[in-house]
Amino acid sequence: MRDRQLRARDMLRGDLEGEELERFVEEKVVMTNFEKMLGWARSNSVFPLTFGLACCAIEGIPMAAVTARYDIARFGAEAGRASPRQADLIILSGRVSIKMAPVVRRLYDQMLEPKWAISMGACSSSGGMFSNYAVVQGADKFMPIDIHVPGCPPRPEAVLYGFNKLQRKIQGNPDQGWRQRYNAAGTEEWARGGPRSEPSPEAAEAYEVARGLIRA
Amino acid sequence: MPDAPGLELIRGEIEQDHPGAVLDTGFAQERAVLVVDSAQVLPVLRWLRDSPGHEYRFLSSLHAADYLPASPRFAIHYELLNRDRVERLRVKALLADPSSAGGATEALPEVDSCVELFPTADFQEREVFDFFGIVFRGHPDLTRILLPEDYVGWPQRRDFPVGGEPVTFTHSERRYG
Amino acid sequence: MAELTADRTTEVMTVNIGPHHPATHGVLRLVVDLEGEVVRDLEPVIGYVHTGIEKSCENHPYWKVIPFVERMDYLSYFFQMEAYCGAVERLIELEIPPRAKYLRTIFLELNRIHSHLVWLGTTGLDLGAISMLWYCFRERDKILDLFEMAAGQRMHTRYFQVGGVIEDIPLGFEKKLREFIADMPVRVAQYEALLDRNEIFLSRTKNVGIVSRERLLELGVTGPLLRAAGEPWDLRKAFDYLSYSDFDFKIPVGTVGDNYDRYRVRLAEMVESTRIVEQALDGLPEGPHIADDRKYVLPPRSELPVSMEALIHHFKLVTEGYRVGPGEVYYAIESPRGELGCFVLADGSSKPARVHFRDPSFVNLQAFRDMSVGSYIADMIASLGMLDPILGGVDR
Repeated sequence: MRDRQLRARDMLRGDLEGEELERFVEEKVVMTNFEKMLGWARSNSVFPLTFGLACCAIEGIPMAAVTARYDIARFGAEAGRASPRQADLIILSGRVSIKMAPVVRRLYDQMLEPKWAISMGACSSSGGMFSNYAVVQGADKFMPIDIHVPGCPPRPEAVLYGFNKLQRKIQGNPDQGWRQRYNAAGTEEWARGGPRSEPSPEAAEAYEVARGLIRA
Repeated sequence: MPDAPGLELIRGEIEQDHPGAVLDTGFAQERAVLVVDSAQVLPVLRWLRDSPGHEYRFLSSLHAADYLPASPRFAIHYELLNRDRVERLRVKALLADPSSAGGATEALPEVDSCVELFPTADFQEREVFDFFGIVFRGHPDLTRILLPEDYVGWPQRRDFPVGGEPVTFTHSERRYG
Repeated sequence: MAELTADRTTEVMTVNIGPHHPATHGVLRLVVDLEGEVVRDLEPVIGYVHTGIEKSCENHPYWKVIPFVERMDYLSYFFQMEAYCGAVERLIELEIPPRAKYLRTIFLELNRIHSHLVWLGTTGLDLGAISMLWYCFRERDKILDLFEMAAGQRMHTRYFQVGGVIEDIPLGFEKKLREFIADMPVRVAQYEALLDRNEIFLSRTKNVGIVSRERLLELGVTGPLLRAAGEPWDLRKAFDYLSYSDFDFKIPVGTVGDNYDRYRVRLAEMVESTRIVEQALDGLPEGPHIADDRKYVLPPRSELPVSMEALIHHFKLVTEGYRVGPGEVYYAIESPRGELGCFVLADGSSKPARVHFRDPSFVNLQAFRDMSVGSYIADMIASLGMLDPILGGVDR
């Protein structure tokens, strides 16, 4: 289940502490059949936002991956929506310049829950080859990203592989990736206490300020 | 390209009407170059565009370069083209930086805009202003075109840093602190 | 009551066709003053994909600049490589061998066809002829297969180097290219059959977006836009660069200068480019694919274990790079959108002091206002498609 949904549920239910909290968390980790079906349905009918920034747009959605050779319709995602209110998935295909970053953040905020983001290519994952004043060094700096796809530009098959990983993540079964293949389960580094921890007070305050600025 | 005697003839004819405008002539990689003082660049361009026999009516490109240790610091290049004779001519207008001469540090170099002569210079002069801070007097709308409107600094000048972030790798951090 | 209705019909409304829009071909923002459905004024706001490429180029040796420079106008990447490599070759006065010239011509013309195919697909998408996208991208995938066979990557191949091309073409390349050449005119005829007698397409593009030839020349517009208005100006014929004079090809020229002429000019250019590729492939000379000057070109890898000098040259070129003496050059070629010019200022060190690209889409965008003011907003979208701006080149 997604962390944010979990925290939202906790908040709605009021404060849960101690043993009750542990049991509640345990219940949520073991997925019910309904949630499995919901995850399956959501992952097989993702509506991507038709959003292309630069070169990666020519190779990814909405270009090569939509066309007949690297068909994305076989995964149920060919219905690209132009309006962020109707889209589930934003694929950042291309370099994010400093002028465009607030626009992308606004688009992401306008999308309705549940929403996901794939950062396609090196430029949006980490700034790519452009380590200069004009490119944001990674879209991670201003919005949460679920899947990063490397390449410059990545092949359409690579984008579809990233999309498959996203589908497994939506179903609640995220890929461990190389840690699974090489039995390296304990080597993760988390920015906060772990995948299900609260943000630190400074980070929470920064999120509040950012949300207030964008709504203003 | 106008050859060497042709170029000297052009220089002579311009000198008759506008003395002191042309500072130098040259050939750089088979391209005829007229080096001009930036205060008189507009009459020189008008002469080159209108005088019969020359008529360089097409402005291919307008760009600037920063020759920092050298002085005058900036040069604006006008790449002119005569399509009937298929000839290119480069006019290089040298421009000094007023802030380096001990004056106010915020003074920006100024030159006349050639938008009435060549309407194609509209976006290109805005780009030069955006990157170098060179003000074109008489331009209808001289604002930043490629960078955000509230950006501070002139990126393409040689003393502006490239920016970006240093790339840190996890193991180098742990091992080397 | 009468005053109210008068106000409502003459009010001018400013609409922002924002950087995210399905029809803006990239991140172009248009601030449009509309009176009803008629466009009264238009201002393009650009810079949303400005990457600071020209500044980054000043920090890298000459051969490392090539990958930066090809990502500007991201549909015509071979043209940017050619403009930059040609400019540097003029600065160092390096002659490239004839086989390299022909190979460069083949890849440039294939890239022109590729760029026009993507244009046709996306413009069809904007105008409502959605099935054009799939047909055009089918051919585009064949061209990208050819690029991948020769250079290892579909887009941004880093195939041209200063001195020639980085590798010779592999064994199956010629056969596959000949299949493509035989196929392409049939496909162009299919595209024409799909669109040319479509009533809606014709009424959306005929007599729409007309700008006079003189106005286009004043605005510095080049490429298919200028040729559609009746001016036969093509840099391939005017300045004979890269052995284009060896080939026999025509320049398609329109008459009226409306959107329909622009469409026809580009389709005809695709056919002419196929003819150039065929002639270049037939006449491909034998010989080295890159120049021999070890000061600027890497020696072949087979020589490295046996020759000390080759090793030293290789080391010097890879670590510091070659130095280019002081000088400046402006070199212009004909890209699918117009005149693509590259200005390189060298100051004697191993990194260029200034690299500037005169991008055709940047200058052509100035004509957009003239094309759309006074017409409907739907015609403005059609004109934008036919103008074919690529925002990577506009913003650099």
